[in-house]
Amino acid sequence: MSATQNNNRKKLLLMGRSGSGKSSMRSIIFSNYSAFDTRRLGATIDVEHSHLRFLGNMTLNLWDCGGQDVFMENYFTKQKDHIFQMVQVLIHVFDVESTEVMKDIEIFMRSLKLLKKYSPQAKIFVLLHKMDLVQLDKREELFKIMMDKLQETSAEYGFPDLVGFPTSIWDESLYRAWSQIVCSLIPNMSIHQSNLVKFKNIVDAYEIILFEKTTFLVICSTETPGEGTQIEPATVSTTPTPSGTNTNVTANRGKPSRDPKRFEKISNIMKNYKQSCTKLKSGFKTLVLNDSIYVSDLTDNMVCFIVLRDSEQPQQLVLDNISKVRGAFQ
Amino acid sequence: MESADVDSKAMVLLMGLRRCGKSSICKVVFHNMQPLDTLYLESTSNPSMEHFSTLIDLAVMELPGQLNYFEPSYDSERLFRSVGALVYVIDSQDEYMNAITNLAMIIEYAHKVNPSINIEVLIHKVDGLSEDFKVDAQRDIMQRTGEELLELGLDGVQVSFYLTSIFDHSIYEAFSRIVQKLIPELTYLENMLDNLIQHSKIDKVFLFDINSKIYVSTDSNPVDIQTYEVCAEFVDLTIDLYDLYKNTLDSKGTNDQEQGNVRELKNVSELGNGVLIYLRQMIRGLALVALIRPNGADVESCLTIADYNVDIFKKGLEGVWANSRLKPQEQPNQQIE
Repeated sequence: MSATQNNNRKKLLLMGRSGSGKSSMRSIIFSNYSAFDTRRLGATIDVEHSHLRFLGNMTLNLWDCGGQDVFMENYFTKQKDHIFQMVQVLIHVFDVESTEVMKDIEIFMRSLKLLKKYSPQAKIFVLLHKMDLVQLDKREELFKIMMDKLQETSAEYGFPDLVGFPTSIWDESLYRAWSQIVCSLIPNMSIHQSNLVKFKNIVDAYEIILFEKTTFLVICSTETPGEGTQIEPATVSTTPTPSGTNTNVTANRGKPSRDPKRFEKISNIMKNYKQSCTKLKSGFKTLVLNDSIYVSDLTDNMVCFIVLRDSEQPQQLVLDNISKVRGAFQ
Repeated sequence: MESADVDSKAMVLLMGLRRCGKSSICKVVFHNMQPLDTLYLESTSNPSMEHFSTLIDLAVMELPGQLNYFEPSYDSERLFRSVGALVYVIDSQDEYMNAITNLAMIIEYAHKVNPSINIEVLIHKVDGLSEDFKVDAQRDIMQRTGEELLELGLDGVQVSFYLTSIFDHSIYEAFSRIVQKLIPELTYLENMLDNLIQHSKIDKVFLFDINSKIYVSTDSNPVDIQTYEVCAEFVDLTIDLYDLYKNTLDSKGTNDQEQGNVRELKNVSELGNGVLIYLRQMIRGLALVALIRPNGADVESCLTIADYNVDIFKKGLEGVWANSRLKPQEQPNQQIE
């Protein structure tokens, strides 16, 4: 535990070539931009640092590295020890529309090489970004080809378990990717998970999801333990890209079906709602839909989303239960 | 326009020069299309109709922009007679002199055929204009239209202007105003809503059409566009969240079925500063959204009172609708003759 205490500051490198959408992602996830607003963003000069408090005691130092070749060259030569030291996570963004794929991969290789030298413990994530520009039926194939190639390259440099996501700022795939990235940094995940399952049984809920308050990224949920909390490369990388086959998946299950993309959709919906609350100069506190969906602050930095089995439960009871479990999640 | 059932509906006619954004408006308002996707719409070649039912049945007809409606081949006379409101779209980012001349011609004709027609002008695509320029453009267009009409000897015609864009809520706001002019029961509704807010600590209340986010009615307090936006987004949120868990909520709702078919939607949200946003589903795809400020009073009791009063309002609404079903037949006829 003491080790994690010292490690509360996490350094995340956000890299990728110029124009691949790095700053747009950062603005949407952490600065409440809408996808449309990101057109106003200019090129990032050198490295832009942002410090984000996440779940109270964790600080994310996000290094958004401008991707123009001049800067890139600089990172790999003069600034290499500065940039690549003490890195927890490297997030490399690839533009699917890029014409110079080989060059993109080469830059990825160079950063892997330096990472191997300066921080071999780092986790590597790749995002195939701007997926919305690819035709629906081609997305999966393209993603697979690209991932195979990248997997091979990263294994060469000693990072065998590479995780990749297809993303787009125009749908919820961005939230999915970032939730999983950020979750990989949370040390006491298993405690949260077990607490949440206990809580679920107490209130007899159908499902409970835990969100981080400011970013609305999913922290964990009561879905079959493991899934949705820790990254499972196999399931993640084969997950079809946006909205493609999810109807099939839900149909196959037979039992009361749950939308496999619901976490991201809820993130998206709630974030929009939070944004619209600011128009009334206020923040969001609670929401009760049809007496069966409850959304409420759990702690200062977590929001819980509860779907009850039984809509007949008195509202006050549920809200009291929520306030009672607060302590467990502090 | 041929079929007989069109005549029983209040009709809104959407006109304008080519590429001024008519189809985009229709798609965004009635089909929930993302504003950006409208970039790829084809030119419309045939008149197209949208039907939607709020308290009354409405049809919105969109005409292709590049055609001349004064060619005798079109049954334009009959068309204008059956129409309750004429919405003319002017592209504010383009040279609009042509559009104004065209508008004046159409007004002249429409007014001759059907003097009771409501004429509405949308100064459209204002999202690209700066704040000062918006006001200038509006003043300029209003003045020039006035002059044109004066020249044609039609200075008595009422023309309403709206600044709109599909990238924000102004288009919904404008359409709401236009539709409201066609609902004969509007004054009753407004009175009912006024009564409702007086007795339940409600700040502002809207009666929304769930699908289009057009509001059919609101209380008589001035409409603040921000409040409208929040309420409209709240309708979206409710439907989106409900849809995600629809199967589970409905499957266990079998014992709720005794009240009739599906349970009505209800959603209450509390904000940090104590404001409550309250949504209840009403009849015919309408939803009531209210902003409640308890001002220190107990939230629980505030909601109970609101629930009770809204129930009464809903009964009233059912009453109004029962009567309005007889009226539409007379109402459009009155406008025609």
